[in-house]
Formats: sequence, structure tokens, C-alpha cells
Amino acid sequence: MSQTMFDKIWNTHVIAGEPGNPQLMYVDLQLLHEVTSPQAFEGLRENNRKVRRPDRNFATMDHNVPTVDIFNIKDAISRKQIDTLGKNAKEFGVRLAGMGSEDQGIVHVIGPQLGLTQPGMIIVCGDSHTATHGAFGSIAFGIGTSEVEHVLATQTIWQTKPKTMGIHVHGKLPRGVFSKDIIMGIIAREGVAFGTGYAVEFYGDTIRNMSMEERMTICNMSIEGGAKMGSIQPDQVTYDYISGRKYAPKQMDKAIEYWKQFSTDDEAAFDRVIDFDVSSLAPFVSWGTNPGMSVPIDKAFPEIKNNDDEKAYEYIGLKPGETAEEIPIRFAFFGSCTNGRLSDLKVAASALKGRHIAEGVTALVVPGSREIKNKAEELGLDKIFKDAGCEWREPGCSACLGMNPDRVPVGVHCASTSNRNFEGRQGAGARTHLASPAMVAAAAIHGHFIDIRKEAI
Amino acid sequence: MKPITTITNTTIPIMKENIDTDQLIPKQFLKNILKTGYGKDLFYDWRYLPGGKANPDFELNKPERKGASILITGDNFGCGSSREHAVWALKDFGIEVVIAGSYSDIFYMNSTKNGLLAIALPADERKILAEISANEKITVNLPDQVVQCRDKSFHFEIDPLWKHKFVNGLDDIAITFGYEKQIEDYEAHMPSFN
Repeated sequence: MSQTMFDKIWNTHVIAGEPGNPQLMYVDLQLLHEVTSPQAFEGLRENNRKVRRPDRNFATMDHNVPTVDIFNIKDAISRKQIDTLGKNAKEFGVRLAGMGSEDQGIVHVIGPQLGLTQPGMIIVCGDSHTATHGAFGSIAFGIGTSEVEHVLATQTIWQTKPKTMGIHVHGKLPRGVFSKDIIMGIIAREGVAFGTGYAVEFYGDTIRNMSMEERMTICNMSIEGGAKMGSIQPDQVTYDYISGRKYAPKQMDKAIEYWKQFSTDDEAAFDRVIDFDVSSLAPFVSWGTNPGMSVPIDKAFPEIKNNDDEKAYEYIGLKPGETAEEIPIRFAFFGSCTNGRLSDLKVAASALKGRHIAEGVTALVVPGSREIKNKAEELGLDKIFKDAGCEWREPGCSACLGMNPDRVPVGVHCASTSNRNFEGRQGAGARTHLASPAMVAAAAIHGHFIDIRKEAI
Repeated sequence: MKPITTITNTTIPIMKENIDTDQLIPKQFLKNILKTGYGKDLFYDWRYLPGGKANPDFELNKPERKGASILITGDNFGCGSSREHAVWALKDFGIEVVIAGSYSDIFYMNSTKNGLLAIALPADERKILAEISANEKITVNLPDQVVQCRDKSFHFEIDPLWKHKFVNGLDDIAITFGYEKQIEDYEAHMPSFN
């Protein structure tokens, strides 16, 4: 019987248990951050347990990090969480990219950047955007804190094998349309729960022609469609990305030979297949309070169909029939594990070069990691952003979730390259509009979204 | 974990679909390093008016719902962020059972680790449960896998392993330590490229 890439990776990690029941799976790599790990370490301490494989765990601080001066943490509780992870990492011998380290950054940015994320692995982290790492041909998913503790203690996890779904993405992306629009388009069409219970694999010529960074954006938002795992088969693009990185395998040829086994035999191996043609896809903008509530830039917001729509319109302060060009944008956020990588900053900078953001707009540019910040500065991107009126910040999760001082004020419409437009996500009363970095840059310049396909960028 | 067999109590209906974990417990309350103390902030943005006063229209705040421990709700409950704090907040508030149409995968796994019984029932059965009066009790019988309401009885599915854990109040890590030999064998045969 034909198998999916997912089946093959899964099968190489089963320690105990039968298919259909929870199975005990080996975890190759666990990534940790300060918000979802303190209770896990505390649990170990209470039970006098140790970290079974410190070498298979890696920690950093990202959610609470202030982006103006990372060392000046005014919020005492934020500081306590960060200090606690520092102490826990030391006590339990876990590697840490701590405050100010060259390796520090958003956990889903640094895993790949350091070469920790590799094909064929099972990777977990106490964060739902762990799906990002699936772009390398791994099984990667978010877990809760009790599971973090379990992985620390045993380097394993109990999981019931999900069903598999193939998403065939094909066609040439039109100018002004990006990988962010693909995943937003899929979720808008299929809904926010279409992937629940499934491990999703994205494949097709569109995916093959993408860089690793573009692939990560797509896998990152799998969870917004309900799929806790989204992956892409590894290929030469993947191997070239990993090669030479800090924790990349020393014997790359041997590793690549091993990784090559992780491919899907044929479409019949999936439990479900859906088709997505991108050749006439338009840039997407979210209008509501979940990532499925979004429309192509040239379409009006939908009619109210249920209570959820009504509540969403009430919160967001917009009406059915209006368009994204009418949203008064007063805040723009560039960053996050979805779109905070160097290529994202390059796209935004090329749109902003020689321009200025509209009067009354606040724009934050937050690189996903220290390394990305340094590289962007070598390229002079920081100067382009600053000249355009944006604030160039230190790396971190920033205004994606407002656990640090970066928040969108009450009632303000924010064009955001992040991943969630839930009520209050970017700050109490904040109105988030998800879009690609190019769309957010254009919205910052004009004070409202525009159809960037019609403008030279 | 406390063993769970039969729970008889009153209900709180919040019949909205796609309730995400940002609504269950907003991010400003995730900074604690403990597992307790989150109950007062459960559903914070819906439960409190600007200025911090309780919203009298929200079900959790209604005096007649006080002491209820069975939440009746919509589809795709607990979607979004993986924060286990959402489960801790429900438990800390006093919720023992959630009855939804479906759950996000991560939330469901988190519920199994904390003795929060998460049951899925179809819309027509949940509609009946949501419409009973505030002082009326229903019974959730885990060994028999049924929810009893008046003369009606609704069957629910649960994985035998999770059921075993709930009924016996078992700790996952202790169970897994029993597989140490298999884990060691697995590690001995892993490929290495360094």
C-alpha cells in the first residue's frame, strides 16, 4: 500500500502502541520558550525527575522580550518568566539562546536558522506555530505544557496518528501575490477547522518553486486551518538551506541519503486531497476575528450569515459590502514567525524604499531573530524602514500577541503580517487585518489597503 | 490526577462556535509560572466590562449558574494557541466537563493531561442540554460513556487509553517510565550524521 511522507516519518518513530490507539513516539527535538515551560520544569522538580536528553532540547526567550531595549523589562512578571527559563535551562543542562545571545530570536525562526530543524524529525514545542518546521519535511506540532514536561522527562510523547490530507498547490503565482496569500486563500475557502484531525502535506509545482522561507510561511499557518501539522517534502532547496548551519549534520551527504526516503508515494496515499490553483489568486486581507474571515482584495466583505459573523463585524467596526481599501489603517506590524524573516523584510523594504508611511500611521518592523536583524542592517534595510517613518526594533514576538509592551491600541485597525486576528490578540480592542508583507507595506504607505497587483512595487 | 467516574451538576451554556484559547484566557494572564490562579480570568474579555465590572449578561456571571461545572458549547472549541493555561483556567474556575461539538487537537490533548473531561456530542443533543433550566442537573457517566439529561441518555466516544487514565487518575510520565527499555532500544538504533 502506498504511503505518505507523514506515514513514513511516523513509522520510524513508533516505540510502542498500535495504530488507531495512542502510540508512544520518539521526539528528536524539543524547542522551549519562557511562556509554556515554567510549569513543566517545576513538575520535574516536584517529582525529582531530570531532563532525559538535554542535547535534544533547545530553549530561547521570545514572547515577553521588549523590542526597544531587550534588557529593560519593566513588567515584573515578564521578567520573572524570562529569569525562570534562564535558571531552569542552567539547572537542567538545556542549551539556551538567552537574552542578547547572537542566536536569540522567535523560536520558530531560530530552529531552522541554526540548522536544528531537519527532515524526517519529530519536532515539538509548547506553541501552536510549531507547524512551521514541517516545511523541512518533518512532523512538527504544538503541544501543551504537560506534554512539554513529558518530553523533557522521557524524550517521547503519546500521540494518536492523525489522518492525512494532501493539498495540491499548483500554478504560477501572479505578481503581487505571495505564499501568505496562498495559505490565507486556502483557509478562507476551506474554513478554520478543515484540518482538525489531519496532518497536512502541501505539494505541487508552486511549492517546489518556493524558497524555504516561503514554505515556512505556508506551514506556519496550517494551525489556523485546524491542522496542527503542515509539512512539505524535503528537496535540494531544503538541503541547501540546512547545509553549513551551526547545528547541521556534519555528514551532510549521509544525512541527505537518509532524508530522501521521506516522500509521498502517490496521491492515493492521502485520506483526503484538495486542489488549490494559484494562477488567478489575489492578495488576501482578513476582515473579521478568525483567519478564515478574509477576502481577496478585489472582493467586498461578505453578508452576515450567523452570530459569529455579526459579532466579528461588531468587534472590527466594519460592515458587509465594504472593501479592504476602505479600512482606515493606523498601525502596521511587520514581523512574527509567519513573516519576520529576511525575505519578508526585503519585500516590505522594496515597497517602502523612497516612500513614506501615511500621516498618523505607526509602523513597527521587528526582525524574527538577531541574525536576521544583523543581515538586514548589512543590506541597509533598517535605513530604508527608518527613512520611510517606521520604527526598527529588536527581535521578538512583539505585537503579534501583545505579551510584551508592543500593542495595538483599542479600536485601531492594524495591517499585520502576523497569523491571528482573534479578538484582543494584538492588544485589548485591537483590530487586526492579516495580509502579506507587501500588502502591509502598501497599506502603511496609503493609510488603507490597495490592490498591489495594480501598482508597481 | 483525581480519578473521574460520575459527575452530576448544573450547566453553563455558551453556544458559540470556534471559541479560541485567546478568549478562554487572554495572553496578559499567561505570565504566571504556576498552574493555578487562572479561574478568575477565564473568558476575561467577555466576562468583564471595560473598567473591570462583571458583565451581567455573560452566562458565567449569572447568579443562577453559580457552582455549575459542566460547560455546554459549540464546534472547534479551544482552537488557536496551544496554551495549556486555557485548560488550567477552566479547571481552576471549577469546570469539570466540557461538552462541545468538536475540539482543536491540541486543546483536546491538554484536557487529557489535566483531568478535564472533554466530550463531543452532536448539535441536536447539545441543543437539548443548552436549553434546560439553570438549576437542573445532568449526569456525565464516564464508565458507561453517557450523558444523562431528564429521561434522555446521550452516548459519547472516548479513546480507551484516555478513559483508563481518567477513571484511574494516572500520571502519564509514570506510565511512560515503564517503557524505558524500549526507549533505550530505540535510541540505540537511531541514525547519526555527526
